[in-house]
Amino acid sequence: MIKPHIYKSLGLATPQYKKILEILKREPTPTELAIFSVEWSEHCGYCSSKKLLKLLPKKGKAKTLIGEDAGGVVIDKNLAIVFKMESHNHPSQVEPHQGAATGVGGIIRDIFTCGARPIALLDSLRFGPINKAYNRYIFKGVVDGIQFYGNCVGVPTVGGEIYFEKCYSGNCLVNVMCIGVVDPEKVVRAKAEGVGNSLIYAGASTGRDGIGGCSVLASCEFKEKDEKRPTVQIGDPFMEKCLIEATLEALETGDIVGIKDMGAAGLTCSISEMVATGDVGAQIELERVPLRQKNLEPWEIMMSESQERMLMCVKEGKEKKIKKIFQKWGLNAEVIGKITNTKFIDIKYKNQTVAKIPAKSLVNAPLYNRKAEKPKYLKILRSLNLKKISKIKNYNKILLTLLGSENICSKKWVYEQYDHMVQTNTVILPGSDAAVLKLKGTNKAIAATTDCNSRYCFVNPYRGAQIAVAEAARNLVCSGAEPLAVTDCLNFGNPNNPTVFWEFKNCIKGIASACKYFNLAVVSGNVSFYNESPKGRVYPTPIIGMIGVIYDVGKATSHYFKKEDDVIILLGVCKNELGASEYLSKIYKVFSGDAPSLDLALEKAVQKTTLESISRSLVSSAHDCSEGGLAVALAECCIFDKENMIGAIIYGLDFNIREDALLFGETQSRIIISCPKNSVEHIRKIAQKNNAPFKVIGKTGGKNLIIYKKNKVLLDVSLEKLHNRWYNSLEEKII
Amino acid sequence: MKFGVVVFPGSNCDQDCFYVIKNILNKPVEYLWHQSTEINNFDCIILPGGFSYGDYLRAGAIARFSPIMRSIYDFVEKGKLVIGICNGFQILLEAGLLSGAMIRNENCRFICKYVYIRVENTNTPFTNLCKTNQVLKIPIAHNEGNYYIDTEGLEELKKNNQIVFRYCDKSGEVSKIHNPNGAIDNISGIINKKGNVLGLMPHPERSSEKLLSSTDGLLIFKSIINWIENKL
Amino acid sequence: MVEAEIYITLKKDLADPQGITIKRALEALGYKNVEKVGMGKLIIINLNCDDKIEAEKQIRQMCERLLANPIIEDYSFKIK
Repeated sequence: MIKPHIYKSLGLATPQYKKILEILKREPTPTELAIFSVEWSEHCGYCSSKKLLKLLPKKGKAKTLIGEDAGGVVIDKNLAIVFKMESHNHPSQVEPHQGAATGVGGIIRDIFTCGARPIALLDSLRFGPINKAYNRYIFKGVVDGIQFYGNCVGVPTVGGEIYFEKCYSGNCLVNVMCIGVVDPEKVVRAKAEGVGNSLIYAGASTGRDGIGGCSVLASCEFKEKDEKRPTVQIGDPFMEKCLIEATLEALETGDIVGIKDMGAAGLTCSISEMVATGDVGAQIELERVPLRQKNLEPWEIMMSESQERMLMCVKEGKEKKIKKIFQKWGLNAEVIGKITNTKFIDIKYKNQTVAKIPAKSLVNAPLYNRKAEKPKYLKILRSLNLKKISKIKNYNKILLTLLGSENICSKKWVYEQYDHMVQTNTVILPGSDAAVLKLKGTNKAIAATTDCNSRYCFVNPYRGAQIAVAEAARNLVCSGAEPLAVTDCLNFGNPNNPTVFWEFKNCIKGIASACKYFNLAVVSGNVSFYNESPKGRVYPTPIIGMIGVIYDVGKATSHYFKKEDDVIILLGVCKNELGASEYLSKIYKVFSGDAPSLDLALEKAVQKTTLESISRSLVSSAHDCSEGGLAVALAECCIFDKENMIGAIIYGLDFNIREDALLFGETQSRIIISCPKNSVEHIRKIAQKNNAPFKVIGKTGGKNLIIYKKNKVLLDVSLEKLHNRWYNSLEEKII
Repeated sequence: MKFGVVVFPGSNCDQDCFYVIKNILNKPVEYLWHQSTEINNFDCIILPGGFSYGDYLRAGAIARFSPIMRSIYDFVEKGKLVIGICNGFQILLEAGLLSGAMIRNENCRFICKYVYIRVENTNTPFTNLCKTNQVLKIPIAHNEGNYYIDTEGLEELKKNNQIVFRYCDKSGEVSKIHNPNGAIDNISGIINKKGNVLGLMPHPERSSEKLLSSTDGLLIFKSIINWIENKL
Repeated sequence: MVEAEIYITLKKDLADPQGITIKRALEALGYKNVEKVGMGKLIIINLNCDDKIEAEKQIRQMCERLLANPIIEDYSFKIK
């Protein structure tokens, strides 16, 4: 007799348990109970989020491929891009190095199990304040884990973002996005079909790694730093590299019907999802699973989250051929079961049935209707009396402070530890608005970025999420790419909290509305709830990963000034907006005010103008204005290329707003372009045609960044000073 | 003439080297699985970068026992060319085909960035198209590139003109501040005494296309081709 | 002055990719009787301290606070 405290400790509520009794028409065995508990967990079953996720558009301007593990877009006749982002927040908080490393490994497997070769990684990371030693430990551990795994496995880490904010103390965010290339005709599904076909287990042996980790790690908040000591999963990038090559080689045979990696909930998840998707049954002989340790219980084998493992459905009679390929790469490959027509997953261990469950019941977890309630504090939070912001006038000093902010300064300390060039596709290296990768065998390239300003999402979830989409698209456009499709990784607190669920709901609505407006499909995604610690929940952090295409790789554009005497143009307008800005937070320690306004039509006009100007080769550089506003963006244009820094004189900012808002306000939909003199009129015409506000604001040259408002010099700093602050700040803060 | 690119489990620059030889230089090239031993019909073998055997134990320590390495000793004996890039260099050191050893980068971190190296010896099969003291812009990407050799060994290298590349700045000045990893005497590449085995930490295959912001790496591959085709 | 040799090893049940890879390499070299290989670290600390008990206390603290990661590693030490 299974007592309530047992199923409850596995995370199942009484109504769910009753449902299990109904499905099985008997009491579950321990193995069955464990299987249901993970498959019906928030992590695997998307119980709270599934209904809302349906709001996200599945179709857009590009032809999409939507599979089980990752989605993609078709770029060329024989070429599709598959991509997905996934979180590994809780494991990284427990053990930053291995947590981040296995996060990288997991998302890479999602990509190559589609039949795609992984070509790039991006990481979106959030940590608590950098001045706290423990946060620095987590930060360094995560970076170390990413470099350890990504470098060894031979997939370049080309971009991402890092922010430090109080709400992430005690619950860091580690979201990793992987991009792969595949022939659209050869995409493989995570599906088991064909009665008599075999299920082959390939890769690492199974050990007692992360048992129950899925539900325990993903649905418990961290109460005490040291209270939970789950068995940490250890990543083996060398094994993963061999697994990539062996899998891609095995897929070439055409004898693999379907394939899925063993991620969260291990064998349980891969068997049940493959079998349910194919609408078949399966008989599994669990004692055939290669084990690392003796005496694993059947349920432990089913639950284990050992890394670098996969499950394949292989055509009957071809098993030996496939096994041989894996063995050549030094990997285990064992037939562990057969496809049947029973529609039941029948799991035997040494001839005894340990579980027999209708496959479909596992993948249709009961869904919850969560309560959503707009928090009362928002009204006060959004109000900001600008008159009360005492006007500190030393703008030189403020600019230097902002350039030195850990949220703005150069992240070279991080990305120089990542191999960002392997595979020789990286045309635009880390540090620009988006990473650009050429596609061998074509004249095209893709651009990729991840974006989210969670401060905006906290004060205004709907608009904050819209801005994340708009900014991601803007970043791609600045590199010369046309945005094509989106993946998202939605990081939130406990969904039982009506405020959290309201934030979640509004963020999804914001993403959906912006994606529809830009005609972008959301091809894949991931939800991570329960991002909380005793210090509170994280800000709503819906990370947007976006892919765009550059039709002529030669036109890929970077963000920094290229030569003296270029004209500097601002597309867009400057408004009296300072709410939720880096400026208020760093200079006045004020975190309130509403997120900047967003006019999607204006955004589109600015982006269209930029893209058209780049595609007509009129532009030397294009840079988006984001955290720190116009002054920071201009400084970044001047100082990025250490060997060739180029100053600027800005004299055309005739906006009638506060000086600090002009310099540091984070008004959206602004792009700074530099171009040769003879391009100016062409760009002006393109802007007029698209209804984009256009202004010549200055020119490049000299050894300083000088910004005027009318005849008054607001700011005048040497490039040397700007560069030193921006370039060295992160390293100074962490050593 | 034909190039062979060795694939060890964990190599990850094998495809990049293959691409440069085949698609950019249009020369015949084949992959060589680390267990193959038939290499006599090749003219130059490339040991590519990556993490053979995960760099577990020590970088290159396990790969050097791969079956192909036995054939490579004979291959070298015959005077044919071998170039080891990054992990390939580490394997050559472990295998004793080049002298010295690699230790962890001085800053204890992986470093991936463009560096400048100065060609110290143009009288080799690998640098014969370079100008004396020419500065090449080529990226590095490694954990263990801190080249070490004892004083005697270093004198030996110098005496025989075996130091082929040194880290430097854009203008060619060799000094400690332009040494990214702490390598002794700023050494980034050496050859054996016989002159037919080169090991270097920077990745020439990553700087062989205009789109990748430098084509300096091509000079090394072109030198090899020049040497083989003209039987220099 | 005492010298402490500190051994850091992965916890027993965790995967040890390095150990497994080294084991395979040894097998390939003909050592067929290798049952298991574990990979760890050796740290040697010379401590200005004549009291062995005090030294032991300090070394243990060092292990717990910095040298070993209690989540994935075990430690042991010898004091000479």
